[in-house]
Amino acid sequence: MKKKFNLPVRQLATVGAFALFLLLGNFLMAKKIIGLYYTKVLMVAAINMILAVSLNIATGFLGQLPLGSAGFMAVGAYTSAIIMRKVTFVSPALAFPVCIIIGGLAAALCGFIIGLPALRLKGDYIAIITLGFAEIIRIVILNIDSALGITLTYGASNLKNIPKTTTFTNAFIWVFIVCYLVSALMKSRHGRAILSIRDNEIAAESCGINLTYYKTMAFIVYAFFTGIGGALYAGYLGILNPSGFSFAKSIDILVMVVLGGMGSMTGSVISAAVLTIVPEILHAFSDYRMIVYSLLLIVVMIFRPAGLMGNKEFSMDMLTGLFKKKAKGERSKK
Amino acid sequence: MKKLLAAVLAAMMLFSFAACGGGGGGKEEGTIKVGILGPHTGDLAVYGLAVRYGAEMYFNKVNEAGGVNGKKVEVVVYDDQGDSTMAVTGFTSLVDSGIVALVGEVTTGNCRAVVDEAFPINMPMVTASATATSITYDEDTKTVFTNVFRTCFIDAYQGSKMADFAFNELGAKTAAVLYLSGDDYTQGLAQAFVDKCVENGMSVVAQEAFSSGDVDFNAQLTKIMKAAPDVVFLPNYYEDDGMIVTQARKLGLTCTLLGGDGWAGIEKYASAADLEGCFYSSAYAAGSTPELKAFEEEFKATYSEDYLNSFAATAYDAAMVVVAGLEAAEKSGAEVGSDDYKKAVIDGIRTGSAGVKGLTSPSGYSFDEFNNPEKDVVIITLKDGVPTYHMNY
Repeated sequence: MKKKFNLPVRQLATVGAFALFLLLGNFLMAKKIIGLYYTKVLMVAAINMILAVSLNIATGFLGQLPLGSAGFMAVGAYTSAIIMRKVTFVSPALAFPVCIIIGGLAAALCGFIIGLPALRLKGDYIAIITLGFAEIIRIVILNIDSALGITLTYGASNLKNIPKTTTFTNAFIWVFIVCYLVSALMKSRHGRAILSIRDNEIAAESCGINLTYYKTMAFIVYAFFTGIGGALYAGYLGILNPSGFSFAKSIDILVMVVLGGMGSMTGSVISAAVLTIVPEILHAFSDYRMIVYSLLLIVVMIFRPAGLMGNKEFSMDMLTGLFKKKAKGERSKK
Repeated sequence: MKKLLAAVLAAMMLFSFAACGGGGGGKEEGTIKVGILGPHTGDLAVYGLAVRYGAEMYFNKVNEAGGVNGKKVEVVVYDDQGDSTMAVTGFTSLVDSGIVALVGEVTTGNCRAVVDEAFPINMPMVTASATATSITYDEDTKTVFTNVFRTCFIDAYQGSKMADFAFNELGAKTAAVLYLSGDDYTQGLAQAFVDKCVENGMSVVAQEAFSSGDVDFNAQLTKIMKAAPDVVFLPNYYEDDGMIVTQARKLGLTCTLLGGDGWAGIEKYASAADLEGCFYSSAYAAGSTPELKAFEEEFKATYSEDYLNSFAATAYDAAMVVVAGLEAAEKSGAEVGSDDYKKAVIDGIRTGSAGVKGLTSPSGYSFDEFNNPEKDVVIITLKDGVPTYHMNY
């Protein structure tokens, strides 16, 4: 299918729209139209977007069901936080991007170690093994200090005084980077190979696709970006406790992906935002909000079993299509 | 690239909605807003709701009596479900709504996360239940968080008081500890207890730990039984300790069992016979003074007996301390919500709390250089499954 716009135009438009969004956000914050509270909620939403988009690589695109997001997040968060605390000779704002990437790499390394053996398994085993892995990470962080007699993670007594370097701007810049990289990856030869594995492993293998290689690759990418999300989380909260990386956290992220539609990056982003903002709005409902929140999830899953977006993506062609339905109709005839 | 644009546009749309939906929150004339932050749903709701109701009760009383300097105290409540991310956003939400003081947070970890936010803006904070040292003092940076106060005693204080009690009152020579590993509160108490025991010349014959979620403690208890201590200190939360007490008695461990204030409510989790003669430290003893009796009657009538524990009383005191601060701030003539006002509240708490006739500390509160209160520990004993006031120690 011929694209309405060619690549440079589309890229420019996207970057422009994003820059406009950042400027608008910062302008509204400076004018105090968006209060500090909403800024914080938006930052949490941004972190959740990164986590959901990266989990979507493993569930939606690769077709596996890993339940270890909290584990990779913890690795990324603790790695970057520990380095941030030590690196006092450069300004935190400069050190932060480097620490985020180191956090991501540490998580990716864990993803490689766990992924290589785990992905040879089929079906539910991957869920169990990643679930176990996340719990191991949490327990290790909790107990490594008292076991080795060092002060690294501070276990249960909280890793404190982490420079609070996550801001509205850099959180969303990372959302942009992650979304861009994931979208570029999925459109490449590698991305198509990953999708083919999801659709039919045997067919993919018979076409000469190296299953273990591509599965591990997708898994590492998932771990890397989840680690980045974790590092931003550490910079947001300024204090880390292993109890924040429990099984429930992994499930929260999985709920975002499923609600948004497995295989749709747009869906992940939207539902991450919705599921972060809705509970905050529901505070007005006092004690009934737990019921309202659960009901919302159930209702969405009844009426949109494939998630909010299914496996569709929002695109510029979709936009132009809305305005020029006729033209689109003619094109599809051709 | 389509996906990218999609993501960005969708995000923009959502955020603009969120921003529009939640705006507002203008200042009302003649009221003083005070925030209450804590877990009102979820695993820790017993503590969170106790704090909330206890504090609300006192603020209501103040309002009935005409308010502070003629201004009504408006309580703004936020439930953070015990999650540290939500505690931080919740605190910010309360700040945006214009509070001048905060009662909370309830648990140590979340409270510290909130302190990190509250200290830079000098927001007065009184917690009724977070007992770790790190709430008011940061060891890494040697910073005292001057805006943070509490009406409960710190972990170490309680653990060492129990060690003294065991040594002086029970005549114990040997002791054992069984604590939840990986928890600030339980480890803090256990460490202080062990340190004080050693200082008193007692020998600690067994130090065992268990993990969160464990339900079988037979392995640790068997080891403790072999060491045959005079007392066993269980500085954990009521649910775990309830199971531990039951299993210990089943194994035949007959020695005196001691606990910290996490034992509040334990009588619902272990039988009366198993708990007979156990001691725990607490911030308050049910019905030990006429003021407390009146408070309990009213709490039961207004809210529910289920949340009537020591934190309800310390929260009531926390509200008293806050009001003492507010009165001083009103006298100073600063504008409500201004930085001067917050500073006046803090100074007021520091100087005015000695005159607060608190439920759990009738002699008032005084704060040391680390903002920790100096007050009595109440020793509670369990008789026929009923927590009974034993002594002030």
